[in-house]
Amino acid sequence: MYLQRILKRILTLLAVIWAAATLNFFLPQLAPKNPITEKLTQLAETSGVDGNRIAELTEAFNARFGLDRPLWERYFDYLGDIATFDFGLSIASYPARVGDLIGAALPWTIGLMVTTTLISFAIGTLVGAYAAWRRDSVLMQAVSSVLMVFSAIPFYLIGLVLIYFLAAKAGWFPISGGYSIFSIPGWNWSFAVEVFHHSILPALSIAIASIGIWAIGMRGMMVTVQGEDYMTFAKAKGLTPRRIFLRYGLRNAILPQVTTLALFFGQVVTGAVLVEIVFGYPGMGNLLLESITLFDYPTIYGIVFILIVTIAVSMLLVDLIYPLIDPRVRT
Amino acid sequence: MTESTSFPPRVERIAEEAEPGSLRGTLLGIGRYLRRNPQLVFGLILLLALIAFTTLGRLFVDVTEARPLAGPASQPPSSEFPLGTDPQGRNILAVMIEGSYLTIRTGVVAGLIGIVFGSAVGFVAGYYGGWADRIITWVVDVLLTVPAILFLVIISAMLQTGLTSLGMALIIALLAWRRPARQVRSQILVMREAGYVEMAKLSGSGGLSIIFREIAPNLMPYLISSFIVAVAAAILASVGLEAMGLGPQNEPTLGMTIYWIMQFSAFLLGLWWWILPPVLILIVLFVGLYLLNAGLDELANPRLRRRT
Repeated sequence: MYLQRILKRILTLLAVIWAAATLNFFLPQLAPKNPITEKLTQLAETSGVDGNRIAELTEAFNARFGLDRPLWERYFDYLGDIATFDFGLSIASYPARVGDLIGAALPWTIGLMVTTTLISFAIGTLVGAYAAWRRDSVLMQAVSSVLMVFSAIPFYLIGLVLIYFLAAKAGWFPISGGYSIFSIPGWNWSFAVEVFHHSILPALSIAIASIGIWAIGMRGMMVTVQGEDYMTFAKAKGLTPRRIFLRYGLRNAILPQVTTLALFFGQVVTGAVLVEIVFGYPGMGNLLLESITLFDYPTIYGIVFILIVTIAVSMLLVDLIYPLIDPRVRT
Repeated sequence: MTESTSFPPRVERIAEEAEPGSLRGTLLGIGRYLRRNPQLVFGLILLLALIAFTTLGRLFVDVTEARPLAGPASQPPSSEFPLGTDPQGRNILAVMIEGSYLTIRTGVVAGLIGIVFGSAVGFVAGYYGGWADRIITWVVDVLLTVPAILFLVIISAMLQTGLTSLGMALIIALLAWRRPARQVRSQILVMREAGYVEMAKLSGSGGLSIIFREIAPNLMPYLISSFIVAVAAAILASVGLEAMGLGPQNEPTLGMTIYWIMQFSAFLLGLWWWILPPVLILIVLFVGLYLLNAGLDELANPRLRRRT
């Protein structure tokens, strides 16, 4: 049963990746004009790039996509390239490869996402559980309402408000960037402090909304758990409220939160991309914005593909881990 | 606990004030219900305020000033331009009035198409079952794994030049049907087995009659809730795409305003009056839709009532 579920999940994962790759391949074919030659000539007209380089580029792309060969052959070649994460050359920063550009941006995004997700999951879950535990207290009802409102606001809007008040007005934080433009990236202490300082506001804008999402989910689960017989029994046994809360309530209510984690990966990833755009943070979001502005299609497709794979793989991981922490679904 | 002790006096009061079944009684009942469902009230207030802002606003402000060069560039708020102007000379108050309308319209159009197509798909899957159901469910599951905005980035990047806000609504509608389809399918699965459907079949009602007289009315609350979620998701996607620069370049939607704010580095130039209005309106819009949906959920799903 467990094995069958895993197989089914892996199959879905492959289908998602295949669908994304296929869409990436066929959409440009459906477009009325070939975007690459179109943009290359446009580039030549507007920016005065010399003709030789344009010809060289066009040739490189024609060879890359093998435009003289039949469609199905090109399609399977493309799938082969995608399987090895080869997205070809970037138009905007030629001759850099798309894979290298993404490789430089991805650690920033993943670092931002993983830390904020872990922190907001921990805080949100605790706050939500406590809000359910003290349901009658006016303070906790107010906290719940505020968190609920925050959970409805997209991350990047919170980010804009934070930039407005904490960076631009108060001047406590930098307005944009992942580090100061005057410093050289390296593995030293002062640079690490700088990166941390720059990451606080982007992290905070993701965390504020996510804490709300986790807290609302946890509150609902905790209320359900509180009606269970074993809670009444624990109380009747005379256990301390602290022990009932942590070992009986929280522990049982937290499990569905992990499933929610899988559902929210997509939201967190796209949310983080937009937050990076707002903050000019040097991750995938900013790279995406740059590629869109410069009509760098290979990079756009590469980024979207990598993000889709990231989401699908993280969802699969949660699905694989879940039975390990909840013995009830293993049977 | 407090609920149960205060309940009996309340019943007496209803009996005192109005005859059961009379208009006055119904209105009193609605009033009492709204008092118990503050989410619905707040959500409605926020959304109605926004709708009033964009419909009544255009009576007092000339919305054609929402175009570039309508006034001097980067002016702080003044009596002529209450919210100032942006670096391209748009009257920001006019941009907000027109932008709220355009953004809400994008969401409603995409949400409507999504709900109509989605419930048709979900209905086929749920009512007829079999292979159609398996394929549809699988496709929806696969598509739901990926946030719509990632697929939409590719599509709108292809069509980037000459995109209008209505075109944008159509692009977003391409993926807006997934969630309604899943929700309608699961509701149909429940209703197909329900006693009243069985009764209608036994009493000789035809397929269409069952669909429209038995199933559709019971599906309504779920459709309304699905619609609100679809509108919120469509607005979220459209504003996100626009913030990335993939929106209608010539229309002053709220998302495009966010894009221009970042393109012109409004924070570094200190154009404060330009930044907060679109952000606040969007927050009001998203929170309003969220509260309205939560409130309707409570209305449609009375079992939630005891929980909160």
